Amino acid sequence: MFLLSLAARSLRARATISLLTIASIALSVTLLVGIEHVRVGVRQSFAGTIKGTDLIVGARGGTTQVLLSTVFGMAAPSGSVQWATFERWSQHPAVAWTIPYSLGDSHRGFRVIGTTGEFFTRYRFRNQSVSFASGRAPESPFEVAIGSEVAERLGYTLGDSMVLAHGVAEVSFAEHIAHPFVVTGVIARTVTPIDRALYVTLKGLEGMHADEFAEGGLMMGPPPEGQVGEPPITAFLVGTKNRFETLRLQREMNEDPTDPLTAIIPGVALAQLWQTVGNAEAALQLVAFFTLLVGLLGMVVALYASLESRRREMAILRAVGAGPRTIVGLLVAESALLAFTGALAGVALVYALLAVAAGPIEARYGLALAMRPLGQIEWLYLASVVSAGTLVGVLPAWKAYRASLADGLSVQL
Amino acid sequence: MQFAYGRNAPVLDIPELHVAHGEHVFLHGPSGSGKTTLLGLLAGVLRATQGEVRILDTELGALSSSARDRFRAAHLGYVFQMFNLIPYLPVRDNITLPVRLSGARRARLNGKDANAEATRLATGLELEGLLDSPVTKLSVGQQQRVAVARALIGAPELIVCDEPTSALDADRRDRFLELLFASCDASATTLVFVSHDLGLAPRFSRTISLPTINRMTAAQEPRIAADGRA
Repeated sequence: MFLLSLAARSLRARATISLLTIASIALSVTLLVGIEHVRVGVRQSFAGTIKGTDLIVGARGGTTQVLLSTVFGMAAPSGSVQWATFERWSQHPAVAWTIPYSLGDSHRGFRVIGTTGEFFTRYRFRNQSVSFASGRAPESPFEVAIGSEVAERLGYTLGDSMVLAHGVAEVSFAEHIAHPFVVTGVIARTVTPIDRALYVTLKGLEGMHADEFAEGGLMMGPPPEGQVGEPPITAFLVGTKNRFETLRLQREMNEDPTDPLTAIIPGVALAQLWQTVGNAEAALQLVAFFTLLVGLLGMVVALYASLESRRREMAILRAVGAGPRTIVGLLVAESALLAFTGALAGVALVYALLAVAAGPIEARYGLALAMRPLGQIEWLYLASVVSAGTLVGVLPAWKAYRASLADGLSVQL
Repeated sequence: MQFAYGRNAPVLDIPELHVAHGEHVFLHGPSGSGKTTLLGLLAGVLRATQGEVRILDTELGALSSSARDRFRAAHLGYVFQMFNLIPYLPVRDNITLPVRLSGARRARLNGKDANAEATRLATGLELEGLLDSPVTKLSVGQQQRVAVARALIGAPELIVCDEPTSALDADRRDRFLELLFASCDASATTLVFVSHDLGLAPRFSRTISLPTINRMTAAQEPRIAADGRA
């Protein structure tokens, strides 16, 4: 359209102001769309981590605590589960498989988890199974499989040996010098917290604890087999034979009088988690919305401010026969172009930031913020920005026309 | 007709003014005598508070503001004293602006290409080679001639010029007038030329003195005489 081309050239003639206005709108769009994009990305990432597990069972504690401590390593566990209890529930007719989890050890900042071979065959995330980039799962007590992040950051490969310590703090005062573990496998990248963990057998973990009770100095060899009863574990994952059994099983576990447990359904627990952060998200979105208002206001101010120096231009247009529709149309086209370009730049910035930040975020939090196309809500936001931007242009446009009527042809400069 | 700004006393009170088709009219008067106001009325930008302004058999006062805009777009060309051009458009686009904004004006091209017409007019006004230049690169004289080309594209019936030569030196002024007359004759356009410089009058077929025909000037005579100013 001719008016659009006129508007574009008019804006280019005032390049600095136009670019500043576009930048202001772009930044607010980045905030608005970015928050939504990350919000959805985080949810998808979390949800992907625990697909395929029907129940997570831990000692009696909060739902969120069980979820965050077992799967995401983001909280301390509430207690431990007796081995007998674990075995009992593993025999339950509704249960297809169980994976025991023993948490609480660390190696240079990464969690050490004791589990069985079931983990490597049964655990699923985003519809994939755990696989090995090299090597195999640990089988004997002093073998360890490491996540891809661990391998990368600490520089371990197959065959390397390491010493594992007790406690989850980075700096531990109880380094076990005597029991080096050998890397038997490096797990292929999962983009979940698996990447940032080390997996040993339950016996291996037990061995580390047994070492604490060794009298007089350090033991020089593997601990004797068959200790007094199996030690307790932290939690276990359950796969049920039948989806419908899951709820019943959950209730049974939660109401069991012999060993107090909290069994959670991962999806439900996540939903609860999101509800908790929901207020914070809403606050963020409100902030983003206000930022957008500020951006639009800035554009209106810039347009109004330009009117004074454009009175001659308006007089010329009117002399040439431009009617109200043309004058208003020109200024509305300008604000529409500014809003549209700002929105475009804002989205581009979101993706640029994602491209830069995705790596560090993944490394630090195990969150996969993949490059997704824009979602429905994001398109809605963009449409609103462009519409609002176009509409607010009507204000200075109308003023311009009224002023041109008053000026007539005798605008003095 | 009479014209007043707001609730002030009328600035113009002209019992009668006729301009025939094809005339080159020189309308002179000192600064502040209401020349620009009269031009605004002729262009339909302003509306008479009393009486009639008839252009091409159309009573402008009876038209709505938008209708007057359309009328102006179709039938009129206007040249300002200075700063005639849209600064962010090159010369060619300034010239073709009227036909891009008005369908009625474009129809007057009778199928001829707008750019070709712009080139023709520009050549007739000694502007060839400048068509793609940005406006800022032009001298004042060149800018004024571009304004004439724009006013004449689509061969409107009437062209109104508000002191277009006041910023030009004598030589360029004469050349400007030659080119202006030639272009107007080529499209049979009526010319109303306003200026305070009586020295230009002899070139025109007809001279009208605004203070003479404006009754309001007569009413203000004593005050003007006392000031000693025109």
